[in-house]
Amino acid sequence: MTELLPLALLGALFGLDVVCFPQMMFSRPLVAATLTGALVGDALTGALAGATLELIALATLPFGASRYPEWGSAAAVGGAISAALHGDRAGALTIGTLAGLATAWLGGWTLVQLRLWNAALARRMRPALDSGSRRAVIGLQLAGLTSDLVRAALVTAASFAVTFPAARWLVAHWGPSLAVSRGVTTAAACAVCGAAVWTIFHSAPGARWYFAGGVLVGFSILLAR
Amino acid sequence: MSTAAALAPVTPLPPDRRVGLGTWLTVFTRLLAIQGAWNYETLLGNGVGFCMEPLLRRLPGGVHGARFRDALARESTYFNAHPYFAAVAVGALARVELSDVPPALIERFRTALAGPLGSVGDRLVWAGWLPLTSLAALVAFGFGASPTTMILVFLLPYNLGHLALRAWALHVGWTRGLGVASALASPLLRQAPNQIARAASAVAGVAVPLAAARLVGGAPENLLPVLAAAAVGAILLVRVYGRRQGWTLALLLLVLFALVSVVGR
Repeated sequence: MTELLPLALLGALFGLDVVCFPQMMFSRPLVAATLTGALVGDALTGALAGATLELIALATLPFGASRYPEWGSAAAVGGAISAALHGDRAGALTIGTLAGLATAWLGGWTLVQLRLWNAALARRMRPALDSGSRRAVIGLQLAGLTSDLVRAALVTAASFAVTFPAARWLVAHWGPSLAVSRGVTTAAACAVCGAAVWTIFHSAPGARWYFAGGVLVGFSILLAR
Repeated sequence: MSTAAALAPVTPLPPDRRVGLGTWLTVFTRLLAIQGAWNYETLLGNGVGFCMEPLLRRLPGGVHGARFRDALARESTYFNAHPYFAAVAVGALARVELSDVPPALIERFRTALAGPLGSVGDRLVWAGWLPLTSLAALVAFGFGASPTTMILVFLLPYNLGHLALRAWALHVGWTRGLGVASALASPLLRQAPNQIARAASAVAGVAVPLAAARLVGGAPENLLPVLAAAAVGAILLVRVYGRRQGWTLALLLLVLFALVSVVGR
């Protein structure tokens, strides 16, 4: 638990990147979980958790006002838990992924609350905004950015503090082998990814043939190894 | 000013309204935070005003003038667009504000800009460039790349496209002003989403088996049942699309698996 503060800070930056600043996508699970894994001392396990969560996150399209999971804080928690439990223990990757998904749900809910809070703040500042106050426009923007940073830090810290002890207990009492645990988790992630690829791209002319060609190449590479 | 006159090529700004490199850098940095105060009432409207504010300081009277305050109030109201493509609006609206276009025409132009800037960006970036670069990084992961390499394979191309798009959008908005619609109708922007979708489909085909193989690890015979289960799961998810989201079903499945794994030990 000594990692809680640095983890919360990292999660805050990842959470901020999702929507507010700078949207350079270092909040994507592939990046964020790997970096938090490195923070905890096992970047490789962080990368495994990141790849698993990334396969699932591909299904999320952050269109405008739609409600979607927040993957920045989620990846920080998922990567940290997998790495702290060590990925070569049966159940560690599964539990890390599970903690990441639960945090993504919580983070998505807090994003909605943040947007309601921003709207309330804008309503309160309406007279100043309508009069073209430079201070009000800049102040509202900075208030929103700060609130998001704090939101993401709290989500990361609270989620890690609650899920890490539970995760440690679950892994200590885990039944199935490493192969079965990894197999189930990977199958679930790949299923979500496959459905996402179909949903997002199937309307593009010829996309299904490109996908089939890609699968052939992928299997050829695996057979050639 | 009539609409036809307004659609004529933009005229050069007077010397006192020209914009220096420092101001452009400030505007560009602010564009990275355009969604900072995103909310369900004005969406990213306040962000548009926030990004444009350094440019509006060139209006007669500066930040204390009535022109500045009127323009900032007008530009900070409701606006919807993809965050990267909103730079088109910031550039174009700032240009028309500094070109003494009548307020009523600016407001009509602002309303007309919002729709296309949302749909083009969503298709090109969220449903195109982002999944493509993410899947390319998953291919690198599947090939056994180190964590650093995998991160670079994603972040470098993604942000090359991202930052170039924002810079282009700001430039095209500023240089075309009221005539910016022609740039948005360019064949490149219309065809790119389909080209990217085809490329992403091919890369996805490679990425899924390779990434799965690395995640499962161990003997190759472990992989086939995993991919078969994933294929069946994907088909089922496509069938329930619109009613259930994939990630929530994955969460449910893993919760059940964890319970069975611990209770049935």
